[in-house]
Amino acid sequence: MAKHLIDLVDIRKSYGSEDALKRINLYIRDGEFLTLLGPSGCGKTTLLRLIAGFTMPTEGKVLIDGQDVSTIPPYKRRVNTVFQKYALFPHLNVHDNVAFGLKIQKLPKDEIEARVEEMLELVNLKGYGKRWVDELSGGQQQRVAIARALVNRPQVLLLDEPLGALDLKLRKGMQIELKRMQQRLGITFVFVTHDQEEALTMSDTIVVMNEGTIQQIGTPTDIYNEPKNVFVAKFIGESNILPGTMKQDFLVNFHGRDFDCVDKGFRKNEPVDVVIRPEDIDFVSPEKGMFRGTVKSVLFMGVHYEFRVECGEVALTVHSTDYAEPGSEVGIEIVPDAIHIMHKSDAPEAAAPVETEDIPDDAADDDRIIEN
Amino acid sequence: MKRTVFAYPYVVWMLIFILAPMLMIGYYAFTSEGAFTMENVVGALTNEMYMQVLLRSVWIALKATVICLLLGYPIAYLLSNMKKSTASLLSVLFIVPMWMNFLLRTYAWQVLLSPSGLLNGLLEVLGLPTQQFLYTESAIMLGTVYNFLPFMILPIYTVLSKMDRSLIEASHDLGANSVTTFLKVIFPLSIPGVISGITMVFIPAITTFAISRLLGGGKFMLYGDLIENQFITLGMDAWGSGSALSFILLVLVLISMAIMRKAERDAGEEGGGKLW
Repeated sequence: MAKHLIDLVDIRKSYGSEDALKRINLYIRDGEFLTLLGPSGCGKTTLLRLIAGFTMPTEGKVLIDGQDVSTIPPYKRRVNTVFQKYALFPHLNVHDNVAFGLKIQKLPKDEIEARVEEMLELVNLKGYGKRWVDELSGGQQQRVAIARALVNRPQVLLLDEPLGALDLKLRKGMQIELKRMQQRLGITFVFVTHDQEEALTMSDTIVVMNEGTIQQIGTPTDIYNEPKNVFVAKFIGESNILPGTMKQDFLVNFHGRDFDCVDKGFRKNEPVDVVIRPEDIDFVSPEKGMFRGTVKSVLFMGVHYEFRVECGEVALTVHSTDYAEPGSEVGIEIVPDAIHIMHKSDAPEAAAPVETEDIPDDAADDDRIIEN
Repeated sequence: MKRTVFAYPYVVWMLIFILAPMLMIGYYAFTSEGAFTMENVVGALTNEMYMQVLLRSVWIALKATVICLLLGYPIAYLLSNMKKSTASLLSVLFIVPMWMNFLLRTYAWQVLLSPSGLLNGLLEVLGLPTQQFLYTESAIMLGTVYNFLPFMILPIYTVLSKMDRSLIEASHDLGANSVTTFLKVIFPLSIPGVISGITMVFIPAITTFAISRLLGGGKFMLYGDLIENQFITLGMDAWGSGSALSFILLVLVLISMAIMRKAERDAGEEGGGKLW
């Protein structure tokens, strides 16, 4: 396994009486694409700024390559940042923006030229060196910002919501390009976003944050398929969350009947939250279903339809490519794989998600939970 | 009703108070008893005493501008790095003296610098010999710098405080320490403010009068004083030469403004936000 490049140890950061970050423990492996994902105000940008060195932790340590850099200023760290609004120097042209860091390092002129050229080529801006940055489109400015950071060959590239200002099509294109650059250069990327889709597309590892704490760390599939709590389940994609009881390993009771499932390790008869993704619910004929429901509304979403289905007291959101008439009765089928069991949100485990290490089956998902 | 109607009072104002005096200056500068002549202007340009005064005015204005820049830039820089509330309080302190009449402030300095004034009183208390502060070139310089310093600070402060902080962070991020960041990012981006500061100090400083009379005791006549003299002391007979002197000063101001504009455009071409 790749070595730890960055270790964040017991980080707390407060602004006045407000804690922006509460006891964060996280390591970042060399060469991975890690995304800090969360709603605005969750502390993800603060965490990024701590790694960059623009702010100092109130408590705790930031280690880069095993060295404590908590009090080292940003210009002495081998870390570069792509800023949210690019922060390109308006008094310099594209070439000089990209060359800025190399000139500071006082590298020989021909090496600077060669590296700037190489970088402009990497970001598809060959021949744009003489242009002023305000003559460029948003997408092009974005590329200059990336080139300006990467040309210094940092150990870590930090990206603070860099795609936020781009339109959907450009954003999609840049997602793929960023991932391509990261794989080609083998540099560790730490990416901050509030866009769950972006996080799922690009990341090796996603760190879901809320209110200054880490909610869950895992691969995109882990995070999507096995959300650890209601927050993660609701933030990543859409989900139906139903109250239930864990009868025994692999057997859960909700909506008045028992279902087979693939989760274990809960206490006998422990109250749990059951997560079912809308696309994992299948329609069958009413008599064949596990239970019945009435279609209340239908929305056409392009690839699929979105249904609201009322089943007794609960209403389910269902995504299906099959059409069902509003008002019609349908049978609901849920396969064991589609059922994901979470500890209750108000249970102590969920209230303090950093202590999830006592959940045996989760610990197997990602070794870094243990570090928490 | 067309909205341009509201501009009429302004147009009238400009005609009466700006255009008419300028035309009158032009008329008196280039006529003698109703006939066109270059005599007045040529006379003003060839008079050795007048040219000495002009050179002294330019020299004092240049020195005052440089001193204002050297003092004003650091003050503006410190202000822009302070908390907004502290900065606006302090900038009010710089502006408040400007609410008082310019002559009044200059008279105040006359009192402070006089042989029995506050400054010499302080020296006496410390057991030091008193100094002749008043009626020296340094006193004129002090008065000029004091009066025009806010015009240097404010435009620079405006540019610096509007500067995107993430540019400074980006510079640090790319390996530049604070000194390099200042030289390579902050200063180049503040040049439009510096240029308008220079313009706003140099032009009033070169045309100023009264400061030299009150603090220099008439020993160091400036061009402004010379013009005042022509009209006040010499009366109707000297209107022609007075207007010629004014005209020369006007041309000088226009030339220096053109230079500033050009400098600003050059800085603007290298990026940098424009102030105007």
